[in-house]
Amino acid sequence: MSTTLADLRPGEAGVVEGFAQIDETAQRLMQMGVVEGMEIEILRYAPAGDPIEVRVLGYALSLRGKEAANVLVSRSG
Amino acid sequence: MSAQDSSPELPIVVTLGNPNTGKSTLFNRLTGLRQKVGNYPGVTVEQVSGQTEIGGRQVRLVDVPGTYSLAAMSPDEMIAVDVLRGGITDMPAPAAALIVVDATNLRRNLFLASQILEAGVPALIALNMVDRLTAEGVHLDIELLSKRLGVPLVPISAANGTGIDELKAALDAVLRAPAAPHLVLNQSLEDAVARLSTQLAERGVAASAIELRRALIDAGGYAEQRLGQRVGPELEAMLAELRLSVGGGRNLATLEARDRYSWIQAQLKGVEERGPSQRHAAVDTADKVVNHPVLGTLFFALVMAMVFQAVFAWAAPLVDAIDYLTSALGATVGSHLPPGLLNRFITEGVIAGVGSVVVFLPQIIILFTFIIILEDTGYMARAAFLMDRAMRALGLSGQSFIPMLSSFACAVPGIMGTRVIANRHDRLATIMAAPFMTCSARLPVYSLLIAAFVPERHFLGGFINLQGLVLFALYMLGIVGGALTAWLISRLYWSRAKARFLLEMPPYRMPNPRAVLSKLLSRAVTFLQRAGTIIFSVALVVWVLASFPRDDAAPAGMSDADFAAQQLSDSYLGRMSRSVTPLFEPLGWDWKVTAAVIASFPAREVVIAALGTIYAVDGTTEDNANSTLTSRIRAARHADGAPVYTLPMVLGLLIFYALCLQCVSTIAVMRRETGTWRWPLFAWVYMSSLGYLGAWLAVVVGGRMGLG
Repeated sequence: MSTTLADLRPGEAGVVEGFAQIDETAQRLMQMGVVEGMEIEILRYAPAGDPIEVRVLGYALSLRGKEAANVLVSRSG
Repeated sequence: MSAQDSSPELPIVVTLGNPNTGKSTLFNRLTGLRQKVGNYPGVTVEQVSGQTEIGGRQVRLVDVPGTYSLAAMSPDEMIAVDVLRGGITDMPAPAAALIVVDATNLRRNLFLASQILEAGVPALIALNMVDRLTAEGVHLDIELLSKRLGVPLVPISAANGTGIDELKAALDAVLRAPAAPHLVLNQSLEDAVARLSTQLAERGVAASAIELRRALIDAGGYAEQRLGQRVGPELEAMLAELRLSVGGGRNLATLEARDRYSWIQAQLKGVEERGPSQRHAAVDTADKVVNHPVLGTLFFALVMAMVFQAVFAWAAPLVDAIDYLTSALGATVGSHLPPGLLNRFITEGVIAGVGSVVVFLPQIIILFTFIIILEDTGYMARAAFLMDRAMRALGLSGQSFIPMLSSFACAVPGIMGTRVIANRHDRLATIMAAPFMTCSARLPVYSLLIAAFVPERHFLGGFINLQGLVLFALYMLGIVGGALTAWLISRLYWSRAKARFLLEMPPYRMPNPRAVLSKLLSRAVTFLQRAGTIIFSVALVVWVLASFPRDDAAPAGMSDADFAAQQLSDSYLGRMSRSVTPLFEPLGWDWKVTAAVIASFPAREVVIAALGTIYAVDGTTEDNANSTLTSRIRAARHADGAPVYTLPMVLGLLIFYALCLQCVSTIAVMRRETGTWRWPLFAWVYMSSLGYLGAWLAVVVGGRMGLG
């Protein structure tokens, strides 16, 4: 089973490999810079562990755990 | 000015850009207050346009709401494409596109920019926030980038005003010698667009390249749906074949994103040098506190409490001053005009009606100041991040939080703002909950009744007072009512699909006073226009209903005051209200309160104007022109001499206004957003019933507790 963005802990980073499923949310994430080859870093979790705040393309973006689980990544640090 | 605004001859310049790029600040700086707010036909997107002078001639600037992409899943998102292709009714194709980008985040901002540069519209790019580049550790070769993109690039700071003259000069040059950029990112996609265009032309369907590009790329999106309605079922096969030829089986949206971001990387090579940023460390530290489970929640509660306190307490001296000036103006004008119908019309209808609404402007301005500052500092997004989990428990999302918070100013923009919520059921639940939030139109009636009837008691050395606490409780009542309603709706709908929550956390920014002020002014003007049209006209209708039919003189032996009372009682309004008063008697209302409430069903803020008119017209209470509405309602008595406004009755009236849907504009927007009369009608009946029930409970429980 491959690693997803939801598996990373705050402070960890990865490289985007793609999406498990290309749905509308995935398309929007891609438009906002979450594309293959892009570095992505977990900044923090909200209270109750959801949503998640990540840094991509040098800006901060928040998304829910379920959406993060759709983003395939390879761990980089 | 307004005649010029709608003049079709003016060249149109459309402003586009990502959210949080300072686009509206630039727009306000260019147009000043010469703005016109309307709606794009058929959708709920607000159309803001204004005039500005470029190179000695007037230009009409049209703003398109911030977006990350031209891709459209809904009619609302299609506006950007439709404006660019000249497909909006009564709006010619734009002479130029002014693309606003955040210079500190070109990589993401150029995604949308590249889509616009493909649109075949003369364009230029305003490189905003260049004043922050140094702190971000970014160095840009602007000249090189401009050469690569093939469009003028003007470094500006919309907040500080630097580069605005240069931007105008560049725009002037583009308008004088229009040349559309010819950006082609994917030749096989462009070939497919050309083939689709030919195939459609054979069927007699003409469509612009930009529209066809979106239809091809965004499978199942709105461009495809709309084109399908014009072409018919064969479109599906045509698109499938062309998509296969472009993507070889791969999803075109994925290809687009990949192509664009690698194109952007190539453009920025040697243009953008990123050193260590001084800001990220500071932002991270701030976020650690602001988004902390305990500290962040505490901070959030503190901010909200401060807003409520400020709106009520800080505005008080200004309210008193305006109140006094209005009364004085009424008295002065009244004494200088000959007595008669015109005198009464001006002093009792016009001055009393509008004056008692304008008096609450200070509170509205303070509230809007807070909301604008929360938005401009970037805290609004943090609040959504913080609130998402809690909002989800109610079947809403953190995305619902911003429309909900906007609804504290007015449910109309709040409900319109729900289009950011992807899930239809979550959106519906938010729309139904939004009118419960304490909008600025409820504030006047809260303030009036609280100030007049809730005793002024102070706690904690004067920092907290009882009146503020009652106001806070009313806000909470709205929130709880809205939350229960949202929960109920999401239960009824068994909403299983989760709404997505993609939200940019904009960098913390010190709000620019000038930018805050210009946003504040344009919102205040919008409020006054609303007050000046809807409220004023309803106030006049109420005055007419309350003043006619009239006899010319008092019968012999009857005093002027009694005659006036009898006139009001015999008026159309008096007759109407008395016929329904038995329905409201359990709430402790006399026919005057009933009349004011009935008059305010089109717009709840009208109740102040209505009460003002009713009690000014009414000669049985104080006949002193200087006396304020407050003292008049305090003096109001039932026929048996008991005061009308007892504490339980006032609390009930407050609860009634907290829960009732008395706003024609909200109902109209609900109709448009849900596409049916079913939901607004249900909301109206549901909320009115809740309001009645709440008011009745207050009277019963308050009476038992001996508060009466």
